Amino acid sequence: MNFLSIPLIAWLILTPVLSAALLLLIPSKRIGLLRGSALGLSLIPFVLSILLWVNYDPQARTIFQFEMIYPWFPAIHSSLHFGIDGISLVMVLLTTLLTPLAVLTSFNIKERVKAFMVLFLLLETGILGVFISLDLLLFFLFWEIGLVPMYFLINQWGGEKRNYASLKFILFTMGGSLGLLLAIQMIGVVSGSFDLLEILKTWPAIQSGTLFGLSFETVKTIAFWAFVIAFAIKVPVWPFHTWLPDAHTEAPTAGSMILAGVLLKLGAYGFLRLVLPLFPVESARFAGWLAVLATAAIVFGALSAAGQTDFKRLVAYSSISHMGFVILAVAAAAWAGGNSDSAIQQSAVIAVNGAVLQMFNHGLSAAGMFFLVGVLYDRAHTRVLDKFGGLFAILPVYGSILLFVSMASLGLPGLNGFISEFMIVRGTWPIFTALTAVSMIGLLFTGVYVLKSLKLVLQGPLKEEWTGKITEINLREILIIAPLMVLMLSIGIWPAWILNLINQTVMNWF
Amino acid sequence: MSQLFSLNSLVWLLPLPPLLGFALITLFINRSKRSSHRAALAGAGLSFLASMIVFIKAVTTHALAENPFGSAINWLPTGQTWLKIGVMIDPLTAVMLFFVAWTVLMIFIYSVGYHNFGQPVGAHDQPGLPPHGAEVKEHGKTHHVLSIEPLYSRFFALISLFAFAMYLLVVSDNLLTLYIGWEIMGLCSYLLIGFWYGKESARKAAIKAFITTRIGDVFMLLGLAALYSLTGTLSFKEILSNPQVLGLLSTSLSPVFGLSWAGLIGLLLFIGTIGKSAQFPLHVWLPDAMEGPTPVSAMIHAATMVSAGVYLVIRFFPLISAGWLPGDPLNPTMTIMAVIGAFTALFAATIAMTQNDIKRVLAYSTISQLGYMIAALGIGAYTAAVFHLVTHAFFKALLFLGSGSVIHGMEHGVLHTNEHIDPQDMRNMGGLRHKMPRTFWTYLAGALALSGFPLITAGFWSKDEILSGAFNSSNMIVFITLAAAALLTAFYSARQLSMVFLGEPRTEAAKHASETKPVMTSPLIILAFFAITLGWAGIPHEFPLLGKLSPAWFQEFIGQMLQTEQVSEGHSLIPLITSLMVSLGGLALGWLVYKGIRSAQQLDPMEKAFGFVFRIFQKKYGFDEMYEFLFIRPAHWLAEKLSYQIIDLTLIDGTLHGIALLGVKIGKLLRFGFDLPVVNGIGDSVSSGTKGAGGLLRKMQNGKIQHYMGLAVVFIVVITLIVVYFLHAF
Repeated sequence: MNFLSIPLIAWLILTPVLSAALLLLIPSKRIGLLRGSALGLSLIPFVLSILLWVNYDPQARTIFQFEMIYPWFPAIHSSLHFGIDGISLVMVLLTTLLTPLAVLTSFNIKERVKAFMVLFLLLETGILGVFISLDLLLFFLFWEIGLVPMYFLINQWGGEKRNYASLKFILFTMGGSLGLLLAIQMIGVVSGSFDLLEILKTWPAIQSGTLFGLSFETVKTIAFWAFVIAFAIKVPVWPFHTWLPDAHTEAPTAGSMILAGVLLKLGAYGFLRLVLPLFPVESARFAGWLAVLATAAIVFGALSAAGQTDFKRLVAYSSISHMGFVILAVAAAAWAGGNSDSAIQQSAVIAVNGAVLQMFNHGLSAAGMFFLVGVLYDRAHTRVLDKFGGLFAILPVYGSILLFVSMASLGLPGLNGFISEFMIVRGTWPIFTALTAVSMIGLLFTGVYVLKSLKLVLQGPLKEEWTGKITEINLREILIIAPLMVLMLSIGIWPAWILNLINQTVMNWF
Repeated sequence: MSQLFSLNSLVWLLPLPPLLGFALITLFINRSKRSSHRAALAGAGLSFLASMIVFIKAVTTHALAENPFGSAINWLPTGQTWLKIGVMIDPLTAVMLFFVAWTVLMIFIYSVGYHNFGQPVGAHDQPGLPPHGAEVKEHGKTHHVLSIEPLYSRFFALISLFAFAMYLLVVSDNLLTLYIGWEIMGLCSYLLIGFWYGKESARKAAIKAFITTRIGDVFMLLGLAALYSLTGTLSFKEILSNPQVLGLLSTSLSPVFGLSWAGLIGLLLFIGTIGKSAQFPLHVWLPDAMEGPTPVSAMIHAATMVSAGVYLVIRFFPLISAGWLPGDPLNPTMTIMAVIGAFTALFAATIAMTQNDIKRVLAYSTISQLGYMIAALGIGAYTAAVFHLVTHAFFKALLFLGSGSVIHGMEHGVLHTNEHIDPQDMRNMGGLRHKMPRTFWTYLAGALALSGFPLITAGFWSKDEILSGAFNSSNMIVFITLAAAALLTAFYSARQLSMVFLGEPRTEAAKHASETKPVMTSPLIILAFFAITLGWAGIPHEFPLLGKLSPAWFQEFIGQMLQTEQVSEGHSLIPLITSLMVSLGGLALGWLVYKGIRSAQQLDPMEKAFGFVFRIFQKKYGFDEMYEFLFIRPAHWLAEKLSYQIIDLTLIDGTLHGIALLGVKIGKLLRFGFDLPVVNGIGDSVSSGTKGAGGLLRKMQNGKIQHYMGLAVVFIVVITLIVVYFLHAF
């Protein structure tokens, strides 16, 4: 096989694995070399995804670009089928951007550096694989691959309750995966192929007949919920969310960055890529339920965040609230799928645009927030909010950065979060008017918890114990947060540069 | 090049200089205090110049309202269409620019002196706390002098961002960028109210301001979404100047309270105003906002934020009043505005007359005056509302800056005498007219304008117009309420003047107070000029004698904004006589009651007379306590107890742990009930697996690493097996 003939998109998922293999060759003692190589190697997928972005044509007729099909298991009609559309491109960019930043963050890891970095790169492969797979079996394979390294990252490099947290994380997700696997298997059998594009031609149209002695309607409903629960756990949608605060609180900083930044997006991506196209009828029928759960996530996520005393847990709960908006938009799109009114369709387009942008934005702000909590934790060795206070006086730079990122997360107009929230609220308003209004409680409490954390960390009288103990944010750390801040600002001021990618793909749907 | 300097691009560039100033200070020059204030002043100055050019161009353009200038660009892709954003200058924008530019620039200049530029650094000063003063040795003697603000650069950075947001809001041609400016101001006010974040009271006030206004903001966001959904645009021109759109919105029914969509959207936007302009019941944040440095108070209470709230409803008046014609009964949304505005005007005035903190009096006065404008809009007196907005901006900016000057003078006295008194408490002042003549005369101009002193002050003209609007449109309840509020306004203005400037000094500090530097008093003089003269631009034609001579420029200029006719201006003399009586009467009463105060410890004469009622007013009717009980504590309970502890930890996790426990039980049952006795020996491997799993689950809370490593390996094996199974099963 000629290496040059391997398409770009395959290199995207191959490089992290090869890099991991390469790292294995470096002696464990050479920590500096390990760190440097991990960082350098993790930049390759980033460059590759930039290349993909540059070569991606938003106006193209074909939905999926850079498509690649390679026979894998012909016996079951499963192939290595990859391809990228606007939505997956945005997610790929987010993943390959956050991974080097997370690797750079992990320079403070001192134990078993090699294992850590290898796991991290494997994690990236798993995530990228999910975003570009166009084959259900392949999708599931990568879905599970992403799980294992994260389990070890939490379990081995985590905090005090890491065992509980990592077990809860893996059991929860595995629990969801079981149904997903069975449903995928069933769809594969019925359609005679695992290829997503093939399945989409036949599967959604099947409405009558029986399978395993059940009517197809029932079978599809069950399969729909199997998909929904698997993805809902990942997002996570209330009430499947309790693994998340534990996992985040215990995970090492870089783990949290990736977990919140991209892993949660896998669930939302699953909704967009699989649930809505595969189950248009069921989606429209159950959209109301999904919207209710999403609103619950928005409101209760924000309320619980406001009730936290641990900074990291607070940020973790804020993720639930923010991701709730994505699911609310997904629900609106699901509902609109069963409605041909053009105003509703227009609203759904705006909602989905908002949802994908919200995924990207949350990736930036959540990663940024977890990173900043980590910076503080590295110095103070505590995350209990009450123990800080008045740090603005000794950490003016860190304080300003925290303020900036917090405001992005709060959805301050002028920064990225606002654009996506505005689009989602606009898109869902005509469809779920009452629920959209209720979700405003969540937005209000977003203000409450963000200001609460700022108040307890930065403002107030300076606690004497910290003078001289906590040092200002250093250059390496600024290098990590700066790209995120630039992106937050640029999307807030000129959202069209990224929305153009998303919008075109979303329009092809409706 | 000519393109770059065209009027259109000038409008686009107008808000940017302060933003550049902010960026420059934050990123590069914050170590130099001098460069920082230079950058900020340059930014404000450039925007000021641009505003004046635009203003002059605007007032000389014929029929500007029908042909506003500006342009829009594609901003947000939404399917096949775009959401456009842009800038627009119409008569309303022009007068907004006029007062914003003047007040902002004056506040910037004043801030240099207020933050003691050129003074030494205090030895004990800390960032996040007001400067305590420094010791200077001169001729072998140690003096206490004022010291420079430690976060001087940050102040100028933030206030520049604030100015940018206000300019952005004013020049916007659409609701979205208006909202962006609106929210950035919210952030800046939060940061500036909490500027001295080391103070507990400041950090509380900052959060209170942000959250309270955010309550209004989320409603406003819904209004935005509704408007955008129904019309497909957020452009002012396309919605508010389009009779078809307005007609459609005012005739289609919304799902709430039987309001039309126009009424509902108007109401949602008005709730945003209630928050931003501190109207009842969301007024509680504004008095506490006095924790910020005084220029911030002037900025928030006069030039920018609260004006922005009123501006929003003025801008959306065509929507709110869609379908309504002068003389008709008010529509529901307008009724709500009239009631809330009038009530707030009176209610806040009663509190203002009992406060002792010089800035708090002004804060409640602001709430009250904003109530006037809202009430005026509610009854359809559009021009009067705009007019009062403009005059109020000038005289209230003047009063706040003046109060800052007074406090500065008093602080000087405090440092000099080492007396431990509150330099903001009016009871500790008295007789400052001799010590601070420039501050006194300008303050007098502002206070008289506030009380509507006849003919010579701007406040008279604008207030009179609101009163006559209420009278002539036969909204008697509104008229009487506003007249009563005007009486109280004059009363507390006289009270303040008497307590601060008249009489004799009541403390040592007041005796040693000194006039502030010209950098602070010059802005006062300029603002005082406008507080007097601006009213003459809007003397109505109907006014006896003078009206014949007046061009009534303001009414003409702003009047073109409305496509329908104005409130019929009657010729009754009753409102005029009323406004003369309440302003002169209130001033006289206030002076008579308070001229006799001799000592700082003396009981307030009004408290002596009206004890209980006075104390209710002074305690602000207990709203803070009531909200604490009704909203804040329940919110804490919801967040900490219900959502987190009860739902998450107890219900959800409890269920999960129950399932896990069940797993352990089953595992044990299998092990001890089946494996050992039944398949002993053969099933050893199976049972150990079960036991391992059971053990793992049992020890979820405190298990050992190696177990979990083992478990993880099991999982991997399982996954692999599943995958392999699939691949070979077919």
